[in-house]
Amino acid sequence: MRELVAITLAGQAFGIPVEEVRDVLAPPPMTPVPLAPPEVAGALNLRGRIVIVIDLRKRLGLPPLADDMKPMCVVIEQADELYAFLVDRVGDVLRPADETVEHGTAVLDPVWRQVAAGICRLEDSLLVVLDVARAVELGIRAAA
Amino acid sequence: MDDLLREFLAETVESLAALDSALIDLEKSADPAALQSIFRVFHTIKGTCGFFALPRLERVAHAAENVLARLRDGELEAGPDVVGAIFLATDRIKEMLSALAQSGAEPRGDDRDVIARLEALGKAAPAPADEPQPQGAAPARELAVASETIRVNVALLDQLMTTASELVLTRNQLLQVLRNDMRSTFAAPLQRLSQVTTELQETVMRTRMQPIGNVWSKLPRLVREVARELGKTISLDMRGSETELDRQVLELIRDPITHMVRNAADHGIEPPTERARAGKPAVGRISVNAFHEGGHVVIEVTDDGRGFALDRIKARAVSLGLASEADLAALSEREIRDFVFRPGFSTAERVTSISGRGVGLDVVRANLERLGGTIDIDSAPGHGTTFKIVLPLTLAIVSALIVESGGERFALPQMAVLELVQVGGEHKIEWLNRVPVLRLRDRLLPIVWLRRLLGQSRGETAGEPIVIVTEAAGRTFGIMVDAIADAEEIVVKPVGPVLRGIPIFAGNTILGDGRVVFILDPAGIAAAKGGVGISAAATPAAPVPAPKDHGEQFSLLLFRAGTAGVKAIPLGVVGRLEEIDLADVEFADGKPVVQYRGRLMPLAAMSSDTFAGARGRRPLIVLAQDEDAVGLVVDAIEDIVEEAVAIERPAGQDGLIASAIIAGKATDIIDAGYYLKAARGLGQSRKGPAPRHVLLIENNAFFRTLLVPVLRAAGYEVVSVASVEEARALCASGKSVDAILADEDTPGIEAFARSLDSGEWRGKPLVALADHGDTEGRFPAAVQKLDSRALLDTLGRALRPQDAA
Repeated sequence: MRELVAITLAGQAFGIPVEEVRDVLAPPPMTPVPLAPPEVAGALNLRGRIVIVIDLRKRLGLPPLADDMKPMCVVIEQADELYAFLVDRVGDVLRPADETVEHGTAVLDPVWRQVAAGICRLEDSLLVVLDVARAVELGIRAAA
Repeated sequence: MDDLLREFLAETVESLAALDSALIDLEKSADPAALQSIFRVFHTIKGTCGFFALPRLERVAHAAENVLARLRDGELEAGPDVVGAIFLATDRIKEMLSALAQSGAEPRGDDRDVIARLEALGKAAPAPADEPQPQGAAPARELAVASETIRVNVALLDQLMTTASELVLTRNQLLQVLRNDMRSTFAAPLQRLSQVTTELQETVMRTRMQPIGNVWSKLPRLVREVARELGKTISLDMRGSETELDRQVLELIRDPITHMVRNAADHGIEPPTERARAGKPAVGRISVNAFHEGGHVVIEVTDDGRGFALDRIKARAVSLGLASEADLAALSEREIRDFVFRPGFSTAERVTSISGRGVGLDVVRANLERLGGTIDIDSAPGHGTTFKIVLPLTLAIVSALIVESGGERFALPQMAVLELVQVGGEHKIEWLNRVPVLRLRDRLLPIVWLRRLLGQSRGETAGEPIVIVTEAAGRTFGIMVDAIADAEEIVVKPVGPVLRGIPIFAGNTILGDGRVVFILDPAGIAAAKGGVGISAAATPAAPVPAPKDHGEQFSLLLFRAGTAGVKAIPLGVVGRLEEIDLADVEFADGKPVVQYRGRLMPLAAMSSDTFAGARGRRPLIVLAQDEDAVGLVVDAIEDIVEEAVAIERPAGQDGLIASAIIAGKATDIIDAGYYLKAARGLGQSRKGPAPRHVLLIENNAFFRTLLVPVLRAAGYEVVSVASVEEARALCASGKSVDAILADEDTPGIEAFARSLDSGEWRGKPLVALADHGDTEGRFPAAVQKLDSRALLDTLGRALRPQDAA
């Protein structure tokens, strides 16, 4: 059984495998990164390590979070690098039964399919399991 | 495993590593010192193995030692068979040692093959009865060396380095706090702490530095084996082995360098028959050269083999579907050569056991880029290939300027900074069609406005901006920032993979105040689009037609004057840009002049009625310098562009050199020499009664047409030719010259320069024209091609010793 940290983005539930998560925090001040892909919200210092902050709403093609809402940061580690996902809300740790997770993601739109590892049928809703490695893969479009 | 055994293993592995090159030396020159050191290695192994009860190792070492003893006694000669057999023994010993290191016990096996081969060398001789004794003093000396060094696990050193880096960051934070409270009682101890931290950090850095020779020690054997297998003769030349690099960097470049040298031996160097046909010496040459340059480590791997054939690269690129024929036609040679770095790309027709193991140049490049390095190929088909690797010292802690741009901070390594200029007063920023240029002393310096380059939104800035004069990628330019905030020691950390495609960042770091800043890479900035001297407006939407001539890039000042259409003048002949009021124009001897810097400067214009009645302020292009300066009055300055110029047609009109397509538009290129002459008054030669004769050897027609007028205007008689052959013909015809100017890349020019030791033109000075004014000592005098002032100065100096004689 795999444990997932539940997060919410524009009302949709997503899950991040718990073993990938290093930290959850309110976003500290961050340094903007000129010329970076638009999904990169900035860089921040987390206990002496530099963390690239990725706006998951932008990554998934969702509209920006309302101005009066404060996002949260979920810090994950991928290939020895730290990243922070900006998300709307962080929820509980879920332990879905294996048989409720579907690995087919064909029903999703192409952008979501890129970053989805599977879909999990919860009692009253569906949760998209994030493929963290794919989520941090950004094309450099604005390179000078 | 007990400690003694572990130490034996470490020591033996180390001495075996040094053995390879000693053996090659031995084969080359039968050097007694090399023989002695090899002998000692095997002798020590044999002796120690007896102590540890490692019979297999002992037997192999003993057999090898016997062979070496016979070599020493002159019974055998160090031929390929002998050296080959000793290599075989070395390999067997290495195998056994690695098994021993893993399991703690000597592996089982049979070494009769190796021992038999060693014993079969020369005539069979019984093992010497008396064991050769090492020389009396040697063990004592080795012991003394051993007590001064200790073995430290590298992981421990890495840990130490990380800790020292963190200490530096914390120190910086403390200093930041101190700055706000200078009278704190902590001030003195903090200063001391700061000093100690710096020392500690430098010392730790030094412990990790290793000479690059450590990586190279295996290359002689590699080249020897490849050469033998393929029936080639190759000499390997290694220079700069003492160049030190951080060991982490060293580890990561080991494979790329080995790969490139193997490639050079396998694919680069031709078989002897092919070399003979091409008229090359039978012995192929591979050279590996390492040196420090401007805060980088440069490693060059050069061979004198067949080079990369562009046709084959093109054909391969098309067959792999990487590009169409049409795409290729638009690419430069360099861009085409770049294809060899693509995954799966290999122009080798056969896969040998040596190369073609699935590791390609793409992997080499990827490895180097992980280190923040670059790799370039320079290759002349038939003449060889040079790979140039440039590695930044990424792991170093560097001094940096902390600059502000658009409300954000960035770090700029001090290494690249030549000077800082506060804009204002004398140092004005001029806008030439939205491209900023700074007047700095007698130069026009192209400026990159950081805020614009970074796409930062406009914000109000307090005070005048600051220009950081920088040198990178062979160019000097200014980076304009809003302010300098600080200077700080920073720990360079590589940027995350997501940001690695942004070429203008060399890394990032955490400042004393805890914030993350990005480190600017001047070379990346120079190369960035929209960077130096290239305006957005001047970048044509349609592709520029491929240059017809050599297509060398150079800077042109575009302006409007007289007739319709854009005119251009090489930036190299422009001294300054000024503005004059036409009301200030006076006439001396019927010629227009203006008071300029305490003297009367002659003026010229493109249309004759400029000085008759016209009023108002006009831009003035000041040509040449000081007393020689002449002002060219124009209607408007348009832009500065840097382009490869395609000549459409040579001009048949006075004052014009040619017409060319520049930034997609037909443009007349102005002959500066014509206007210099016109303004000074014709026939008024300033160089004294006897004009000196100068021969110009330049194969590029465009540069020829550009340089001749400049020289003529300075009072020289000029003859120009396109090749060394033509120059020789001229000499044979009895033509006399006083000096020779020659493009450094003219084929055969070096031999020609040497031929000036004798013959008709004996002792005539030769000044080389180089793209960057530096010919690495190939010529006694060299000057940058488009810097007309330096050219005339150098030429004048070259002629002076003759005057004295």
